[in-house]
Amino acid sequence: MKKRNVKSVSFNVINTLVFLIITFMCVFPFYYIFINTISNNKLSSSGKILFYPRQIHFNNYAEVLKLRGIGLAALISALRTILGTSLTLLGSSFLGYAFSKPEYWKRKLWYRFVIISMYFSAGLIPWFVTMRAIGMYDNFLAYILPSMISPFYVILFKTYVEQMSPSLEESVQIDGGGYAVRFFNIILPLSTPILATIAVFSCAGQWNAFLDTLFLVKSQKLFTLQYILYQYLNQANALAALMRTSQTSNANIAALNLLTPTSVRMTISFVVVLPILFVYPFLQRYFVKGIMIGAIKG
Amino acid sequence: MMGNTVAKKAGFRLFLFSVPLLIAVFVFAYLPLYGWSYAFFDYHAGMNLKDTEFVGLKFFKSMVDNPISRSEILRVLSNTFGMSFLNILVSPLPAIFALFLMEIRSKHLRNLVQTLTTLPNFVSWVIVYSIAWSMFSVEDGFMNHFLLSAGLINTPINFLASSNHVWLTMLMYSQWKTIGWTAIMYIAAITSIDTEQYEAARVDGANRFQCMWHITVPGMLPTYFVLLLLSIANFLNTGMEQYYMFSNPMNKNSIEVLDLYVYNMGMVGQNISYSTAVGVLKSFVSITLLFFANGMSKVIRKESIL
Repeated sequence: MKKRNVKSVSFNVINTLVFLIITFMCVFPFYYIFINTISNNKLSSSGKILFYPRQIHFNNYAEVLKLRGIGLAALISALRTILGTSLTLLGSSFLGYAFSKPEYWKRKLWYRFVIISMYFSAGLIPWFVTMRAIGMYDNFLAYILPSMISPFYVILFKTYVEQMSPSLEESVQIDGGGYAVRFFNIILPLSTPILATIAVFSCAGQWNAFLDTLFLVKSQKLFTLQYILYQYLNQANALAALMRTSQTSNANIAALNLLTPTSVRMTISFVVVLPILFVYPFLQRYFVKGIMIGAIKG
Repeated sequence: MMGNTVAKKAGFRLFLFSVPLLIAVFVFAYLPLYGWSYAFFDYHAGMNLKDTEFVGLKFFKSMVDNPISRSEILRVLSNTFGMSFLNILVSPLPAIFALFLMEIRSKHLRNLVQTLTTLPNFVSWVIVYSIAWSMFSVEDGFMNHFLLSAGLINTPINFLASSNHVWLTMLMYSQWKTIGWTAIMYIAAITSIDTEQYEAARVDGANRFQCMWHITVPGMLPTYFVLLLLSIANFLNTGMEQYYMFSNPMNKNSIEVLDLYVYNMGMVGQNISYSTAVGVLKSFVSITLLFFANGMSKVIRKESIL
């Protein structure tokens, strides 16, 4: 009995220790980036900031937001996140609701028509050629229209509506309300949990999207934050030149903490990741709920 | 009879309401199929498809006949297969993660670990790349600075540009990003196991490790099986975002997967017809794999995964 306890306790200790190390590996990079953005830039670019910040200042954030393209890119990213998520919520939930009705015309056929698109894609080049042909090249709409109907969200919403009591809807049916009235007045208000889940997933997807900009966008005014960050990460030379111009004009304020390639890379990264870090702990339960329903369905 | 026609009419009206949404699905998911025709014409950027010469299966044949394309295709296929295979090889890791995480007694600690380890799943690959830079680069990397200041190395190591072990590095990044998230599905499976089973086993004298092995592990198997089948179905669909981020002239040969190759050939290199042909073949193989995985699921689980 005693031997077993020793075994169990030492297992507990090692197990907890291993998970603390894994957790540390997941969190530390974000922390490392953050302490470097707020420490003295000379120290951070010479690798002196490893575990804690030194000579704290917030100049980098003020300076980086002045860099060309950053403000607009943040706006584009925010706009696509808000508009894209709204469209996704509206389109996918209405289609999910419609497919939950047995009387829907040729329901099985149309449901399959939507679901198959989840498993099948024509391929990058045919998709690109089509997008260009329908005017989606270098167009903001390319960020928000293609994601409007997501088969996965349609399934999620349909399942949710099917679990509701039909009597809720019938009260309005008798009063002569059409489908649209019932959808907006009864179904949507009662589906906030699933709508929140879809919204959270969609926001993360929109905010993090990168490839659509790479494939379809040419003009700088439509670049997203993710794309700008990627450019900054790769174009160290262009970066240095750009910073020289921004530094000469702001020489008086930035005398102590001039932007360096390190500070620019890390500060933009942190700006890009900040919304996620900020909302994630509060919304994590919605993510978990989404993947649970998905796991049962899948 | 009357009610039936009314319902039918209502159902058709509901269909009409949803037509714009169905059109959107058609345009973004099905219309691109028309672009497959480019694989059969000698198309160059800026031309009209109808002005180009019909070449039949020329581009499909050239993948095999042309020695240069053949070796390229073999190279990107081996990269795709290699990295997909490694991913399947480590697929039990999230299950093991969940198994041991649930053995932590404190609920608060468990929740904290779960929240923090799922975080990487919600940052983009650009951020992962930036993090890799911050951790491993010569200029900014924590690793190099730390090892140097600790006196363990004398010259910084260029982890990122190294062309060695690219498949393994890619595997590590994707595991870092997804392991906590995938584990949630197993945690769901574990919490749905009937606690009476554990109590009965305790009464019979089973210890903690026997309970883990004989009750928890079998409880996770169905979930593992579904995820395994899905990863078989997506064997070729590695996506290109991760590999695009991390590719550089030094490691290009071992990082270029099929999806990235199609991009590089078609959109960077403007070989529209050829890369369309590669994509068409890939779509066919993917569909076959999907049906295969679904068939396996039907035979073994008596349930389809589609």
